[in-house]
This record gives sequence, structure tokens and C-alpha cells, in this order.
Amino acid sequence: MTTGPLPDAEQLVAALIEKMRGNVAPDTGLIGIVTGGAWLAERLHTALKLEVPFGTLDVSFYRDDFQHKGLKRKVAPSDIPFEVEGRDLILVDDVLYTGRTIRAAMNELFDYGRPASIRLASLVDRGGRELPIAAQFVGATIEAGQSVELKRDAQGRLSLALSID
Amino acid sequence: MFLTSNPQLNKNGELHHLLSIEGLPGEILLQILDTAESFVGVTQREVKKVPLLRGKAIFNLFFEPSTRTRTTFEIAAKRLSADVINLAINVSSQSKGESVLDTVANLAAMQADMFIVRHSQSGAPHLIARHVGEDIHVVNAGDGRHSHPTQGLLDMFTIRHYKHDFHQLKVAIVGDILHSRVARSQIHALTTLGVPEVRVIGPKTLLPTNVDNMGVHVYHDMAKGLKDVDVVMMLRLQNERMQGSFLPSPQEFFKFYGLTAEKLALAKPDAIVLHPGPMNRGVEIDSTVADGNQSVILPQVTFGIAIRMAVMSILAGN
Repeated sequence: MTTGPLPDAEQLVAALIEKMRGNVAPDTGLIGIVTGGAWLAERLHTALKLEVPFGTLDVSFYRDDFQHKGLKRKVAPSDIPFEVEGRDLILVDDVLYTGRTIRAAMNELFDYGRPASIRLASLVDRGGRELPIAAQFVGATIEAGQSVELKRDAQGRLSLALSID
Repeated sequence: MFLTSNPQLNKNGELHHLLSIEGLPGEILLQILDTAESFVGVTQREVKKVPLLRGKAIFNLFFEPSTRTRTTFEIAAKRLSADVINLAINVSSQSKGESVLDTVANLAAMQADMFIVRHSQSGAPHLIARHVGEDIHVVNAGDGRHSHPTQGLLDMFTIRHYKHDFHQLKVAIVGDILHSRVARSQIHALTTLGVPEVRVIGPKTLLPTNVDNMGVHVYHDMAKGLKDVDVVMMLRLQNERMQGSFLPSPQEFFKFYGLTAEKLALAKPDAIVLHPGPMNRGVEIDSTVADGNQSVILPQVTFGIAIRMAVMSILAGN
């Protein structure tokens, strides 16, 4: 397996914004998945000048690996400050991999109401899907086999780093 | 005595049964409080349900009557999407002569995943925990005079919610300590979590002998015992567990140990008042205090659901 240099996260954010601009109505609800997706949703929300505040989702209570991994210690409260019922939504995550997180997020969202539609935006797609889930907006596709995660420094700059699965 | 194995923990040192607070490391108590914090958010949503325990069968085995505890366990299990079966055993098999272990073996054969046990005999949940299969979890919902760990935990959650830090607090537990499993659980939890000063206040007849061995300060006078405390934890007078004469009369008990606004004024001005319920108004607590702005008795009930959700999901995940 070759592991080339990781792409620059800030450039990917800029690329993602360009792909979304013009395709996202101002009353669309952005929902970032904690924690990397929430940082990204904040950036996209500002750049796309959306009318409604963005939401955040911690999907821990909806994960399908609870039986194997148990519950993490601190689950952030999900915060969706707008009506989900009948709204077009975009789920935002940092790394798209098996698709299981997105499945959990969709299950949780339906506990808040019935959205008109849900699309998916992801900073990177690392392949390896185990469910029929695809992103409508992707910053970059990276080599399969690389486990990466998003980091944020004190100045709010985003970067990608290799991580252990 | 040095215990080589704690029946509540699995071989990885994780919680497998919740039988008593005694013997649990502070780290596990904090894990339960932190997890409960996460569930408070869930219970404030429109859909107060998460799918964590979907398909699990949880049996509420109540060998002794209870409304609040049974209901909050039932609500907690339902909010985790488990299937809950309520059994009031005093009116069922026991009256036909079946032993506790036979009852439990039968329910285990019905593919139970968790037993919530309330029993008038101290140690009954331990006995059940020793006899169930490895994949079944047992939660003590109150046994005799011994222990009521989820009540102790929800009290700790309530104290942390209002006072934030355990390490500066003076806490007084007032009333019938002798018959109270709640008091025992509270004392173990408070000392484990680092509360520097735990006081018990009550008449000599209602305090266990050697209670000071549990690391508490003993008072028989409310005026001295309540002075400058941050938290007042009232207990119910356990009339149903008293055989013989422990008290001249409930009126006399109220005169000396009932919490009135006057006595509460001796505590710190921002002291909070807890009570595990059900309350005997005019016996251990005056209505002006129970319904007053220092009372956190109803928030205790709400937090109790989050605590029980946390305990059940931690057990099921281990």
C-alpha cells in the first residue's frame, strides 16, 4: 500500500464550497456530524450564506456497533435549531468511508421529522462503502486503505491527518 | 478483608451488574454520571427515544411494591427502545411457593437480557446475579436495608448538577439512617466521589451502631448538624420496616428532625434539599420546604430516568 501525501484540507474546503455554490437553496438546513463534520458545516454555512443556522448531530446513540464497542463516555447533545419537517437538508461529514455513520445520522434525523430531501457533503471520500450510500458533494477522493481524520488548530485552520481505525 | 473479585465487574474491570455502590471505583461512578448527562439531552427532544437497546428484553422483577422506581426504570428502558416486562412477584409465583431462583431461571429461559430487581431481603440481587448466565445483567433497584445504587447515583447527579464539584461540599443526611438503603448508597457514593464532609443526623434509635466507621460525622441535633451545609438529603421514615418502638410518635420526630424553613435557614443560603420520595409531609419534611425554591426533589425524579438509561446502556454495552 502506498501512502502519498494527504491533500490540504483548506484547499478541499474551498473546492467543496465551489461545488456546492449555486446548488444549495438559502433555506437548506446544513447538519454537521460531530466533530469534524460540525467544523466543516460551520465553514460551509458561512461561505454559502445560508438563512437558517446550521445544526450538529452526535450519532452515538444510533450506531450499529454499540454491541461491540459500547457507548463513548461523552455524547454531545444533538442540536438542530430548525424545523426538519419538509426541509431540504445536507448532511456534512469530514470522511466518508463505510457509510454506517451516515445511516445512523439519517435514522436520527427522522426522529426529528420527515425532511423533503437529504443530500450528503463530505470533505474526503476514502471508498470502502458497506452500504448503498453516495455523497452528492465531495472535496476529494483519496486512496482506499488510508484512514484519515480532520483536525482543527487554535486558529480554526483545518488539516487532515492519518489515524488508526 | 481484601476482595479478589468484585461480582459487579467483568474480567476487564467493566461494570457487568450494578448491585451496590460500595466497592465501585470512582471512575465508574463518574462514567455513569457523564453518560447520564448525554441522555438528559435525549429526554428533552420531541422524540425521546434512541434505538440503543432495540430487541433487548428487560424484566422489572419487583418482589416489593414500588411506583416511582419501577416506573422510571420502565420509562428509561422504553426510551432506549428495549422491550420491558413488569412483574409484581409478591402477587404471583411467590404466593404459589416458587423460589426466587426458580422464578429467575424460568424468566432467563424466556431469553431475558437484563433483570431489574427490587426485594425486601438484603442480598437478593447478589444471589440472582450469581446464578444467571454470563450474558445476563442484573441491576439492584433496592434490596432490604442494604443498597439502592441508582437512587444514590441520581442523588450524586443532582448534587453535581447544582453544585458542580464534590470536593468542597458539606453534605448532611437526615432522618432514619438505620432502615435506609438509600442512606447507605448515598454515603458510599459521596465518600467515593471525594466529598470531604458527610454528616448524618438522627435520633440514636435510628442510627446504625458504628455508623462513624463509614467515614461520616454523627449528629443528634439538627441545629448543629445543619450548620453551613451545602446539601441536605432527607430520608423517608421507614414505618414499614420498623418492628418495635423506635420513636415516641411521628409528631415528636417532626419536632426534632423534621425539616422546616426555620431549620433549613441554618444551612448555607444556597443549600439544596433532596428527598428520595415518597415524602411524608409533616413527618420528615414540611410542605414549605418540600415545595420551596431550595427543593430539588422533582428534578431528582427527572434525572433518575437519565441515570437509569445510562446504567442500562453501559451494562448492555459491556
